[in-house]
Amino acid sequence: MTLDGFENDTTARIVAVDWASLAEGEAKRLRALGVDEGAEVSVVHRGVFGTRDPLALRIGRMTIALRRVHARAIEVEPA
Amino acid sequence: MSRHRTAALVGNPNAGKSALFNALTGARQKIANYPGVTVERKAGRLTLPSGEPLELIDLPGSYSFDAASPDEDVTRKVVHGEFEGEALPEVLVLVLDAANLEQHLVFAQEVLELGRPTVVALNMVDLAERDGLTLDAAALSAALGVPVIPTVAVRRKGLDELCAAIAEAESHADEEAHKRWHITLPERRLAAKHMARAAILSASARHTIENGVDRVLLNPWIGPVILFGLLFVIFQAVFAWATPFADALEGAVGAISGWVVDIMPDGFFRDFLTEGVLAGVGSVVVFLPQIVILFFFILVMEATGYMARAAFLMDRLMAGVGLSGKSFIPLLSSFACAIPGIMAARSIPDPKDRLTTILVAPLMTCSARLPVYAVIIAAVIPETTLGPGIGLQGLVLFALYLAGIVGALVVALVLRNTLAKGAASGFIMEMPRYQMPRIRDLAIGLWHRAYVFLRRAGTIIFVATIALWLMLSFPKAEPGESQLDASVAGMVADGLHPVLEPIGFNREMSLALIPAMAAREVAVSALATTYAVDAEDEDLAAEGVTDRIAALWSLPTALAFLAWFVFAPQCISTIAVARRETNGWKWPTFMVVYLFALAYAFAGLTFWIATAAGL
Repeated sequence: MTLDGFENDTTARIVAVDWASLAEGEAKRLRALGVDEGAEVSVVHRGVFGTRDPLALRIGRMTIALRRVHARAIEVEPA
Repeated sequence: MSRHRTAALVGNPNAGKSALFNALTGARQKIANYPGVTVERKAGRLTLPSGEPLELIDLPGSYSFDAASPDEDVTRKVVHGEFEGEALPEVLVLVLDAANLEQHLVFAQEVLELGRPTVVALNMVDLAERDGLTLDAAALSAALGVPVIPTVAVRRKGLDELCAAIAEAESHADEEAHKRWHITLPERRLAAKHMARAAILSASARHTIENGVDRVLLNPWIGPVILFGLLFVIFQAVFAWATPFADALEGAVGAISGWVVDIMPDGFFRDFLTEGVLAGVGSVVVFLPQIVILFFFILVMEATGYMARAAFLMDRLMAGVGLSGKSFIPLLSSFACAIPGIMAARSIPDPKDRLTTILVAPLMTCSARLPVYAVIIAAVIPETTLGPGIGLQGLVLFALYLAGIVGALVVALVLRNTLAKGAASGFIMEMPRYQMPRIRDLAIGLWHRAYVFLRRAGTIIFVATIALWLMLSFPKAEPGESQLDASVAGMVADGLHPVLEPIGFNREMSLALIPAMAAREVAVSALATTYAVDAEDEDLAAEGVTDRIAALWSLPTALAFLAWFVFAPQCISTIAVARRETNGWKWPTFMVVYLFALAYAFAGLTFWIATAAGL
């Protein structure tokens, strides 16, 4: 299951990230923010007016915003 | 005697570096650009305990030395001593967010591996306490091998200790650092986790304020409504609060002009001062209040942490035209003036996104268009009401704003699919924690924006205005002939008129467009001059010109003129800033050509449709 389809406010563990599908700069940025295999994250907000894009992700003590296209590249499992 | 004379602040974005920089250096700051790149270089001075001065630079926030943006690249080069023209800082002040250690210690390791004399500022310890964290600075210092000073920049806590530590910073280059050469990012992250755990004495499970506040502000339904409500209030404030200040500035410029007239003999030099310098620069400086008010709101939104939420909420809409939430701030600024808007585009990491934002920023209805809109609307649109509180004149003004926004979105969409085509631009940003803004930081930020604007008014706008004034003043008219007709500008207007006639412009309008290249609102005073309106001040002139326009212009002609100003890039300063920010003439030339083409096409369409409709 990818992060895109994962339930809100539930901790997920990242099992794999399809880095090749992301632009180089974006992959670097995500990795620098701690999005990587093994990290535990939870989606706290999703989109506006019923769209599911972008997402706010809780990672450690930090909240980051990213898009659905990134969330689809992140394979997760329930932690 | 201390040995160090230069130091640099390094750290992750949102570590509170700027607040620490402001607290350490006060208003004694110099803001410039790093040569060749549009990255701001902030430098200031502080006094060490020994009484010696130290130059401190505030390096752009970075997540890693593996640079993903021009900002990060500057930081990497400076701390490695590879930036040409920038001396290697003698001491590095590594700023860490006390409440986000696990994350910030990752980049910290990269910085420490340089082996440079380093001091750690464990910043925002108050916010960490608010989040229920108690930290052990000594344990962290032992783990990192450098002094760690707890600070609260905004309350000036720990600053003296930090200065003392900077003065005494020792190089810690040792074998330990070299052993770490091969370390990978996951290993670094693991080390950060261990160090953070060791430094945290206790962490209560208290919910952070962010969770609660974001439930409301980022709510998919309520959040956007709150944002639009806030934007509405901001626009009200920009136009309502600024008026008395703008009037006062206008009065002051008028008074100086009157004083010059009194004390100087009639002649070329007096005309040059009053009609050229004072009238020209004055006409731009009156926008300072609006710019200051808009930037006050923008700075508050940034300082509180709300701006990142606004970008989050706007991202979906911007994604529809190939931009991202990050373009929201520059485009919002452009409603006051495209100049600060184009400069704010620096914060966009993707170069294609940034270029597109710069190219569409002039389509946002800046405050310089308002005087033109106001005069023409008052002249040709009747004061009818269409419903409770909805007047036809206001509706037309609203339509003009909307036309600019829709135009910008459509142009962005086209550009992103043609000239500025690129991999689907992303939107990845850290959402900082909420904070109370500090008056001192706001004041320093506002002063910088005002200074940048005034400096521009004092240079580019000054030169452009004088050039136009010379064009309008020479050659001198024969008695009985209008000066405008005789001038170089008049001759240019004669050449221009055949081109503009098909879209319904009369000769006076063609002529007014020439001086309006300096700033759009000059079109009003130029029309006033053309119609030989004899009036002492601009208000009377505006009133006079309104009557003349009402009498002389057909409705299709007036509407075409309004449509023209929605698009036309009639602002030399904007073009000059676009040149500087894109490092060349290619894109500003493109911007001018496409905007004039749109202006011509839409003014023409408006004229022909209105004429066909029998208006």
